[in-house]
Amino acid sequence: MPMMSYIDAVTTALREEMERDERVFILGEDVGKRGGVFRATAGLYEQFGEARVLDTPLTESAIVGVAIGAAAYGMRPVAEIQFADFIFPATNQIISEAAKLYYRSNGTWKCPLVIRAPYGGGVHGALYHSQSVEKIFAGVPGLQIVMPSTPYDVKGLLKSAIRSDNPILFFEHKRCYRLIKDEVPQEDYTIPIGKADLKREGSDVTVITYGLPVHLTLEAAKDLEKEGISTHVLDLRTLVPLDREAVVEAAVKTGKVLVIHEDNKTGGFGGEVVATIAEEALFDLDAPIQRLCGPDVPAMPYNPILEKEFMLNKDKIANAIRELAEF
Amino acid sequence: MTLDILMPQLGESVTEGTIVKWIKKPGDTISNYEPICEVQTDKVNAEVPATEAGTLLEILAEEGETVAVGALIARMRPASKEAGSQPEAPSDAKPDQRSEESTSSEKSSMKRRYSPAVLRLAQEHDLDLTLVTGTGRSGRITRKDVLRYLQERKGAVEEKRVISDQQETTPKTLEVAKVESPSVPAKERPAENLKRGDTEIPVSGIRRTIAKRMVSSSQEIPHAWLMMEVNVTGLVGLRNRLKQDFFKREGVRLTYLPFFIKAAIDGLKAFPYLNSVWENDKIILKKRINLSLAVATDEALYVPVIADADEKSILGLAREIHRLVQKVREQKLEPADIEGGTFTVNNTGSFGSIISRPIINPPQAAIITFESIVKRPVVVDGAIAVQDMMNICLSFDHRVFDGLMAGRFLNFVKQRLEAYDENTQV
Repeated sequence: MPMMSYIDAVTTALREEMERDERVFILGEDVGKRGGVFRATAGLYEQFGEARVLDTPLTESAIVGVAIGAAAYGMRPVAEIQFADFIFPATNQIISEAAKLYYRSNGTWKCPLVIRAPYGGGVHGALYHSQSVEKIFAGVPGLQIVMPSTPYDVKGLLKSAIRSDNPILFFEHKRCYRLIKDEVPQEDYTIPIGKADLKREGSDVTVITYGLPVHLTLEAAKDLEKEGISTHVLDLRTLVPLDREAVVEAAVKTGKVLVIHEDNKTGGFGGEVVATIAEEALFDLDAPIQRLCGPDVPAMPYNPILEKEFMLNKDKIANAIRELAEF
Repeated sequence: MTLDILMPQLGESVTEGTIVKWIKKPGDTISNYEPICEVQTDKVNAEVPATEAGTLLEILAEEGETVAVGALIARMRPASKEAGSQPEAPSDAKPDQRSEESTSSEKSSMKRRYSPAVLRLAQEHDLDLTLVTGTGRSGRITRKDVLRYLQERKGAVEEKRVISDQQETTPKTLEVAKVESPSVPAKERPAENLKRGDTEIPVSGIRRTIAKRMVSSSQEIPHAWLMMEVNVTGLVGLRNRLKQDFFKREGVRLTYLPFFIKAAIDGLKAFPYLNSVWENDKIILKKRINLSLAVATDEALYVPVIADADEKSILGLAREIHRLVQKVREQKLEPADIEGGTFTVNNTGSFGSIISRPIINPPQAAIITFESIVKRPVVVDGAIAVQDMMNICLSFDHRVFDGLMAGRFLNFVKQRLEAYDENTQV
């Protein structure tokens, strides 16, 4: 199996799906000739032409609006929002149109739309290029949110997302793009949306997380193993629909749960995970459920020292796990 | 003092860089902002400048090596620190002390704070949490502590069973405990005696059956009781003579119990009323002699039956006793093994009792106990001698027969046991 970076897995999944189904097309800023600012769509313009890889104006509301129309018409658009921070001008289209189209038309119109957006910090991107935006959409019924952590999951989940009849937000952690490499099969495969993945079996503390912190947690778990602390790690992969069964099972496994995400704590998706456990696993809990998240500050700082302070890292996670293990 | 030189962040989304060339070598003097090495990334080639003037000490990433952003690639000694460089001061021990103090002061407060998981496990396993040692913060009992304790407790019970099997092949009995058997409340009522630290044990299965039968027996049957003293010096001598050969030959230990049972059976043949049942104001004399034998385990008392016991020799009885005791210990008793008993023998001497007042096993009419054999000075032929003495006790249903017959039966059994001597052929 070839080793592939996270971003190569994005490109591969897009290319294979465009080859498989000619209704699939891409639209976004700089996605065509430039091949995307992160090179996610590199080579696709050359292979599929300007009719299927559309460079759009700097108008997110139009990118998503056009994509919704095309989806209703029967196409399979993959819209790229250059940075998740820029998705807000399209929020009206996403929440009030895409999420509700199927319901509003009584099942007559579907909205098979994928919106890809790089999110997250740690790349010196400061306030306009570092935000985590999942919480804005997680409470909107009708939308699905996929947030993979590995190249293998990126390829399988992006293919599932493109083939799904639902509007799906596909958030890619931009720090993972070139940091995370993985063996990815060349053949066609999909991973079901709504299924979490157990990354590591452990008996002392359960960590439930998604995106970049999955890797930081696995590194921390490796270190903690030497101290005799055994960590159970669940990667949600999909936030909506949440794999409640896997969440409860993982929580029950150790009775001590730490939920981690880079998005800030207040109103973050971790609260939903914690509530699920509280609702279904009270009598298996051995410690207060903990959250480790980004701080409640307005933005990711540009100053590298403060950026580092904002971001999660292996040591912060190891400390939080140790705290729980010792409780 | 040294200064770490790290792989710099050279552009957004760049996570690693490759060292192309080291411009400076260890020992070289570096001025501020002077390039130290060349680095190549996905996006750019760049020189890494010094952030201070000083001397390059060591290189930690070779040319051609790809390292993560933020990783240590070299160390230098800054010029400002080169002069009076001092050994590092020993770290202050105070913070450690403080954390230790706060731990000990919190200890009492967390020991009895139980999490839902711990409480649930304790209830499911009827566990007294004060017996569990907490390894959590401030002595808190964690779920793992409870699981570990349960695991160890399970191991300990199994170990105990193995030991008791090795020590005794004679069945142990629990008749004394029966006398104090719990009275089962007619109605459910709140456990008003349950105080903090007490353990409540739900009564179920075999325990409930025992309780029910004992209550109905003591409430329904007018128990009468008598005891006699037996000189078993001859029997003790006989067994001592036989036991080694017997074990070698038969593979089963020769205990006193087969002799006791044999004597009781002979008595039942002579006094058939002892081998009877009370049923609906009628007495039914049983033809078959099926002997119920009380066998105790740590959890409960079982009464397996030696069917047609009167047809068996001492050896046959020894084998049958051994078989039934094994079945009880292995929890493999079948319904056929416990049905149809007509009279009960209880070997209370095996746990050291010298007098007991057994409760009749309904619907039978009587129960006999054989107590401990003890050496005592007694008068034999006008002189004091050390003899092996044993008490035998009988509880009987006074509705079925009276004291006279009970006395005759017990006396018969006594004489049978006293008739043995060292040279008796069995």
